Amino acid sequence: MAQTSGANCSNCPASGGGKLERLGVKLGQSDFVIALAGNPNTGKSTVFNALTGLRQHTGNWPGKTIARAEGGFSLGGKKYKLVDLPGTYSLLSATEDEEVARNYILFGRPDVTVVVLDPMRLERNLNLALQVLQITEKAIVCVNLMDEARAHGLEVDARGLARDLGVPVVLAAARQGEGIQELLTEIDAMANGRSSCAPRKLSYDIGSVQESIDELAGALGEAFPNMPHREWVALRLLEGDPRIVEAVASGEIGVLAEDHVSTETINACSR
Amino acid sequence: MKPEDIVKRASELRWKLPQDFHDRWVEKVYAESAQIAERNVQQKGTSHRLTWERRLDSLLTNRWTGGPIMVLMLAAVLWITIIGANVPSGLLANLLLDHGHPFLKDLAQSAHFPWWLSGVLIDGLYLTMAWVISVMLPPMAIFFPLFTMLEDFGYLPRVAFNMDHLFQRVGAHGKQALTMSMGWGCNAAGIVATRVIDSPRERLIAIITNNFALCNGRWPTQILLATIFLGVLAPPAVAGLVSAVAVLGVALLGVLLTFVTSWMLSTTVLKGEASTFTLELPPFRPPNILRTLYTSLIDRTLIVLWRAIVFAAPAGIVLWSICNIPLGDASLAQWLVHILDGPGWLIGLNGVILVAYIVAIPANEIVIPTVLMLTVLTTGVAGVGEQGAGVMFETSENATLAMLLQAGGWTTLTAVCLMLFSLCHNPCSTTIYTIYKETKSLKWTLVSTFMPIVIGIVLCGAVAFVWRMFSG
Repeated sequence: MAQTSGANCSNCPASGGGKLERLGVKLGQSDFVIALAGNPNTGKSTVFNALTGLRQHTGNWPGKTIARAEGGFSLGGKKYKLVDLPGTYSLLSATEDEEVARNYILFGRPDVTVVVLDPMRLERNLNLALQVLQITEKAIVCVNLMDEARAHGLEVDARGLARDLGVPVVLAAARQGEGIQELLTEIDAMANGRSSCAPRKLSYDIGSVQESIDELAGALGEAFPNMPHREWVALRLLEGDPRIVEAVASGEIGVLAEDHVSTETINACSR
Repeated sequence: MKPEDIVKRASELRWKLPQDFHDRWVEKVYAESAQIAERNVQQKGTSHRLTWERRLDSLLTNRWTGGPIMVLMLAAVLWITIIGANVPSGLLANLLLDHGHPFLKDLAQSAHFPWWLSGVLIDGLYLTMAWVISVMLPPMAIFFPLFTMLEDFGYLPRVAFNMDHLFQRVGAHGKQALTMSMGWGCNAAGIVATRVIDSPRERLIAIITNNFALCNGRWPTQILLATIFLGVLAPPAVAGLVSAVAVLGVALLGVLLTFVTSWMLSTTVLKGEASTFTLELPPFRPPNILRTLYTSLIDRTLIVLWRAIVFAAPAGIVLWSICNIPLGDASLAQWLVHILDGPGWLIGLNGVILVAYIVAIPANEIVIPTVLMLTVLTTGVAGVGEQGAGVMFETSENATLAMLLQAGGWTTLTAVCLMLFSLCHNPCSTTIYTIYKETKSLKWTLVSTFMPIVIGIVLCGAVAFVWRMFSG
């Protein structure tokens, strides 16, 4: 009864003050893994640097994050690993960059995927966001470069966007540090399972397609019990994506699925 | 079901999939995006910045004005560097060479150092490092921030856009323009950056030709030679401009050689079509001046300078030693220089320069300090410390550096050929190692190493031959 020791206090979200500690690359075992996705040149690396305190080279030209960059931060006593994925326009085609990003979101099992969007090209950027929402439940949308958007006379309705996408939306200007605190709060809440979301899923609106997907997804579930995103893999199989076909035939996809980076998967989204 | 059976079942079910399923799916995603975007973004009034950006872009990427603006920008950066480096370079030379060197000599004497110890430490190690700092630090501290600011502003993708059709015509990838501009900072970095090119064929071309982008270690060499040998040929008022144009000429020759060698490679050993790619022109962003200064000074200038010093220190010791180890009636260095004088003469250079290029394989940065050191030690010009009055970048005929080199038998031809040879010779050892790591092929590493040397020898030989024919 009288055990009001430190153990309980450290579990309470109020402890630790939620103070951000930037860890740079000095991260040992992390509690959560956060992936940063987005179109090229939306300032992903700037967001990455603002969160980790690293000075990864940012340049005003697309395609400069070649492989994925990793860094870390600590917030409220928990360690977060942040992975900066290469910029991609879509997850549907098969360039090398898109594959790195796609495989990571699918099989790296990040605890949260932050999709960074450019408000001046929102329509094109949303394509990627919607595709990401098809394959993960735990996503946060960060509309970056708001300083430039304001200079262009653009107004973004964050609440409306959040309602349409079904995930939290944060407006930010990472170069000025604006919105970073809000983004951290959302990441913290989602990773620790304190927020729930129901991302917008598009239906594969043709009857026989959904049937086929269900059948294949069921079979995949039997063959690879731990594999996430069965529906998506089933769809790619159905479409005959050569890489996915090969990965399934060789059983490599099961290895990919087990090779996840997070130590524990916490179901943050209650659907 | 076994994995193979799942794959089989999938190909059976594929027949039920509508033919245009993928297109319909993509269309659906796009339509949804458009709707969501339209609902949640509002344009208030007209944006002055947007019209301003469009106007600027139509000027910078215009077919007629884009090219000249690119060349003018590069020329302006070089000119500011040359003009701006004069004063701080003189001050540093004054401090480190005129005062520092005699002071240390006196100190060593009063501490009764043996002659060889003070020779190795002060005439070898210290003097080489002092030269590296006073010759290289000021131009780098001006050049890199300027270049980084252009990068920050968003100009580089426009350069890639402007040069894309040229690269396509020679069968190379348009993104090679980006890796080439990275090479202007550091070839090793440029070669790592070729990873943005997906096609292995085009990536190899970009790797092999990256050495024709003048790097960190070579800009100061070009700037120094242009200033003390070519600038002085013009009236003082336009000396800086003439030097800048000369350096620009060498840099543009490098670009030309990039195209020529890319074309040669893509029509012979690396045949194929140029592949297509999407390049998004980012918005212009006002450069963050303080951050730019910080990153370009800390991340580029100091790192490059540190590398130069690290390589210069042992090189200084080696140099002093080979100049003082007697072999018969001359020193080892004098023998080497003497042997290489013949082949050097043929390509407009001399033995000192060739020995310097062998010593400087680890880092291009130390070519000039090595040349100076060897010239002093082999020509026997006495008391460099006292003579090296702080005029390293002074464009007057009395410049000590020019006098020193002229005492070593240098002419304008030597300077021109050295500028060309500095553009076309083997990459530094770091770059060679990077090429090997990236290509995993000994063959392509050797090609990348020796092709520039062959081109350099042919080019310098031809220039020297023609020059001597006309000057009698």
